[in-house]
Amino acid sequence: MDIELMISSFPKLLNATLITLKLLSVSLILGLFIGLGFAILRMNNNKLINKFAYGYSYIFRGTPLLVQIFIIYFGLGQIEYLRTTFLWVVLKEPYWCAIIAFSLNTGAYTSEILRSAFQTIKPGYLEAGRSLGIPSKIIFTKIQIPIAIKQSLPAYGNEIILMLKGTSLASTVTLMDLTGVAKYIISTTFKPVEVFIVAGGIYLFMTFIIHNVIKYLEKKYGFQT
Amino acid sequence: MELLYFGDKGWGDELFFATLMTIAVSITAMIIGFIFAALFTPLKLSNNKFLNSIGNAYTTVIRGVPELLVIYLFFFGGSGAIMFVASIFGYNDYIEINAFLTGSFSIGIISGAYSTEVFRGALQSIDKGQFEAAKVLGFNKYIYFFKIILPQMLRLAIPNLSNVWQITLKDTSLISVTGLVEIMRQSYIAAGSTRDPLFFYSFAAVLYLILTFLSMQLLNRLETKYSKGY
Repeated sequence: MDIELMISSFPKLLNATLITLKLLSVSLILGLFIGLGFAILRMNNNKLINKFAYGYSYIFRGTPLLVQIFIIYFGLGQIEYLRTTFLWVVLKEPYWCAIIAFSLNTGAYTSEILRSAFQTIKPGYLEAGRSLGIPSKIIFTKIQIPIAIKQSLPAYGNEIILMLKGTSLASTVTLMDLTGVAKYIISTTFKPVEVFIVAGGIYLFMTFIIHNVIKYLEKKYGFQT
Repeated sequence: MELLYFGDKGWGDELFFATLMTIAVSITAMIIGFIFAALFTPLKLSNNKFLNSIGNAYTTVIRGVPELLVIYLFFFGGSGAIMFVASIFGYNDYIEINAFLTGSFSIGIISGAYSTEVFRGALQSIDKGQFEAAKVLGFNKYIYFFKIILPQMLRLAIPNLSNVWQITLKDTSLISVTGLVEIMRQSYIAAGSTRDPLFFYSFAAVLYLILTFLSMQLLNRLETKYSKGY
């Protein structure tokens, strides 16, 4: 056990954690909007729109995240036309490519979580709201949204933790996130166990915090439905 | 399409064998995972606090740390650990372990953590009366476990195990970083030498979609088979 290496690598790894957290928070926020959009499309009665939304979530959930990042980072640059548009400014940065891949990926999972949350709301609540003469906008924001949040919290908490682990793939497209720096230290010092303990400890600490925040929110929204 | 020709002209045969490699690694990892699950599920259900905390530590650590980090640990640490054990027995040469074994083992440990949780959940949701009745009727240990508890557990576990299988299948793409030639690695090589990454990575995505689709069909059939009588 090389305690000295563990202590000296800790600040470096902590610095890299900032990038991991940035990647995580940006892609979760974007993913939430994408997920909400596709969940609404999934509940559409038009078969074509419905199929499109299902196809999106099927493709992104059925392929590894690594493939998705590689297609966006290495693949899209190959299209000559894209290089002339303003999109190229975004797509040549590995940081934004990673964010696009993560947001699309978590968006697919989030859309499934939200869809099932909306669908499990008992029709009686909506009917009761309507028969009391409540405008449908208020039914959506004051009845459907709180119930859907409550229903989807446990699954969404898991998704956040999965996404935290997913951000480690950013290291494959040259980003120095927590896993990237850990790999760099391992390959220069050949002390995998020590670095694993420190980096793994930081990840576990983040998982622990996410887990408890979700638990707190579950309690807060834990009204009986 | 020429890029997919079999033989020297295209990458068809290479990608075909790479797909077989992905399937082989996934199945091996799944089996290693079951072995880990068989070891750790009793620990998680044990009343002994010490054993219980070992079981919990395994599932918490593995499920809370990125897969890539676990793979790096075994990739860089695996041969070191084996050489250390060998040096105790007086063998001091360099030992390199097979990429297939390191890959399957690291993915297997990850998949084992998920399987453990599935088996624990399934065992806990079997009616207590079943255990008691089997004991009261004086069945021996073999019949008690294999004929009474296991079939009921499998019925509850199979839907979740098919999720674990999907996760495992997708996780195998990560061991391409260790150089094992599976779908992802082969696409990387092909993309590098033809300068056509868009085509090859998209094709890799299609291969993974086919694999997940086919395995879901198969697992759904298994699920109906084990839910007979319910």
